[in-house]
Amino acid sequence: MFDSLTAKFEDLFYRIRNKGKLSPGDLDIALREIKLALLEADVNFKVVKEFLENVKSKAAGEEVLESLTPYQQVVKIVNEEIIKMLGSGSGGINFASGGPTIMMMIGLQGSGKTSAVIKLANFVKNKFQKKVSIVAADIYRPAAVLQIEDMAKNLGIEVFSDSNSDPVDISVRGVESFKKSGSDLIIIDTAGRLQIDKVMMDEIINIRKKIKPHEIYLVLDSMTGQQAVNIACGFNQSVEYDGVILTKLDSDTRGGAALSVYYIVKKPIKFISNGEKVDDFDIFYPERIASRILGMGDILTLAEKAEKAVSEKEAKRFEEKIYRDELNFEDFLNQLRSIKKMGSMDKIFSMLPIANKNKLFKNVSVDDSYLVRIEAIINSMTPEERKKPHIIGGSRKKRIAVGCGCSVSEINRLLKQFSKTKQLLKQFSGMKGKFGLPLGNL
Amino acid sequence: MQKLIKNLSYIWNKFRDSQKLFWEELEEQMIANDISIDTVTRILDKVKSNVYSENVNNPEEIKALIKEQVIKILEINGCSRLNTSDVPPTVLLIVGVNGSGKTTSVAKMANLFKNDGKKVLISAADTYRAAAVEQIQYYVDKLGIDMVYHQKLSDPGAVVYDSIEKAKAKDIDVVIIDTAGRMQTSHNLMEELKKIKKVIEGRIRRGVDEILLVIDSTTGQNAKNQAELFNNSLGLTGIILTKTDSTSKGGIVLTIKNDLNLPVKMVTDGESLENICYFDPVEFANSLFS
Repeated sequence: MFDSLTAKFEDLFYRIRNKGKLSPGDLDIALREIKLALLEADVNFKVVKEFLENVKSKAAGEEVLESLTPYQQVVKIVNEEIIKMLGSGSGGINFASGGPTIMMMIGLQGSGKTSAVIKLANFVKNKFQKKVSIVAADIYRPAAVLQIEDMAKNLGIEVFSDSNSDPVDISVRGVESFKKSGSDLIIIDTAGRLQIDKVMMDEIINIRKKIKPHEIYLVLDSMTGQQAVNIACGFNQSVEYDGVILTKLDSDTRGGAALSVYYIVKKPIKFISNGEKVDDFDIFYPERIASRILGMGDILTLAEKAEKAVSEKEAKRFEEKIYRDELNFEDFLNQLRSIKKMGSMDKIFSMLPIANKNKLFKNVSVDDSYLVRIEAIINSMTPEERKKPHIIGGSRKKRIAVGCGCSVSEINRLLKQFSKTKQLLKQFSGMKGKFGLPLGNL
Repeated sequence: MQKLIKNLSYIWNKFRDSQKLFWEELEEQMIANDISIDTVTRILDKVKSNVYSENVNNPEEIKALIKEQVIKILEINGCSRLNTSDVPPTVLLIVGVNGSGKTTSVAKMANLFKNDGKKVLISAADTYRAAAVEQIQYYVDKLGIDMVYHQKLSDPGAVVYDSIEKAKAKDIDVVIIDTAGRMQTSHNLMEELKKIKKVIEGRIRRGVDEILLVIDSTTGQNAKNQAELFNNSLGLTGIILTKTDSTSKGGIVLTIKNDLNLPVKMVTDGESLENICYFDPVEFANSLFS
């Protein structure tokens, strides 16, 4: 996400940095580049105009031109302005005091409402240990209710719906019934609609009148173009909402829509959704994404994900084992599974703060199926083999190969890699005292 | 759809004194339609050189020049009809990112072919999304056509294999394959599509008749990435542009045609099964400038 904008700024600042000092002409060139980059990132053209005015006046006011470190100065200003555009303070849920919190999701067709409803429900259930239930009020799209019921069932979340009724009635009765059964959070999923469709907009206006939800969220596709502003404004005029959920951030969209929406509608982006899995959902942090745009990587998110995936105790145990050279395939398997918990390799890679990585690694794709194959090989070993890899000889290799359906040479490769990794880890862990490498976490 | 350039004579009068500002304003308005900066620059450079060499100085003529360029882009190799096969079944593979409108487009196309007197079969190869099969089932029942589906999370390649075998056995004219939504950046899921394509080609012993990418018309510049990456993996034959009843403009169509030479073949614009038509470049250009 935001990859190209990052690349553009990286190029731009590299050029400025090499000059050491910024002339007024340089500033204009820089601003023109920033303008193009933002427009190509789908930031609304009106927003871009104001953004550039701000940067320009700040740049002049703070005497960037005379500064000996113009690069840092401009980065700082652009960074600050982008954070401002993305809204101040990270999102979160305002739970109602006394009685359940009622939420309603609205948005265009295909923006990702139903997935967002399920992911948010799962997020709140796990993070706050609350009882969450869903009212499925999309009676228009065939099988929409079934889609929610199917996904909610696996997560142990209750769903209310009634195919013989209208959305307003379904919402009223659903909320009533979940109030009685003691839900902490009730989320209403509505059908997708165009902000210019009067009849359909009246429907959500009515639901809001009858239910008075505590929170209404607009679900917005992060790949939306210049129209994002019209969509955000249109919905807000009919049903004033409290925040935005930005979806499909696992694409390579530059995500300018996110920048425009807050700037124009002044509604914070609360959550982001970024993958096919139910867990691919998080609170929105403007600072992180701004630093990502500027090529500083999203290391904060990565660290947090690593923390969630690996407990401190586990990490400590792992480190000790490395140190005593006792690492075996059991540990290796545990580490593999932790990495998988953090998300796909592509996603982890995209969060690493490597300058110019888009250029350097243009054609690199990290194949998750490779990890699956390694796991299969280890799973085909006996517990003894996993603990003492050195006993794996020719006939054992043949048996393992048959067990996991791969060739003996693949097993040789894994064994070789494993002993190399072990050596490497040992060297690193020796340095740990000196440099404080957070190896245990990765 | 909205107009490409809102009020040219107003801009013309407003920036009478500055050529530079006039062109910048035009550039902005075109970018506001989600056309890429490259495409806008290319169009306006040609218009500019015409304006200067022929001493054009009224807004209506400039508008006509821009329209001329737009039509030119849309009409290069401008076959927007669907390829059909002489040997049945004709196979259409429908792909796209999540939420772009694949399943609805599949149903609308099925309806279109059925009204044309063709025997249609829908292959429900989205085995991933919850209730995807049930959604198609609803349309299939409504239209009274055939469908092939497997269990949830089963191999989509197998669904496609069975679909084509069934189509051959039952003298079906058109097989429309609905696939799961996927991000163009997902390596594994793009590999899955390649495999589906291979399965089809193995069964019909020729290239897939149409591989169509479904693009939501509200998509911004990312539409080009989508077209580029899906095209690299599969070799697309065209685009289905959906949700044109929204306030979105047609800009991405120009960019994709200009940069990748992929034509829009079908356009959808509403909730009803009848809301689909073949793309007409001239009509489209007219609607941008009317």
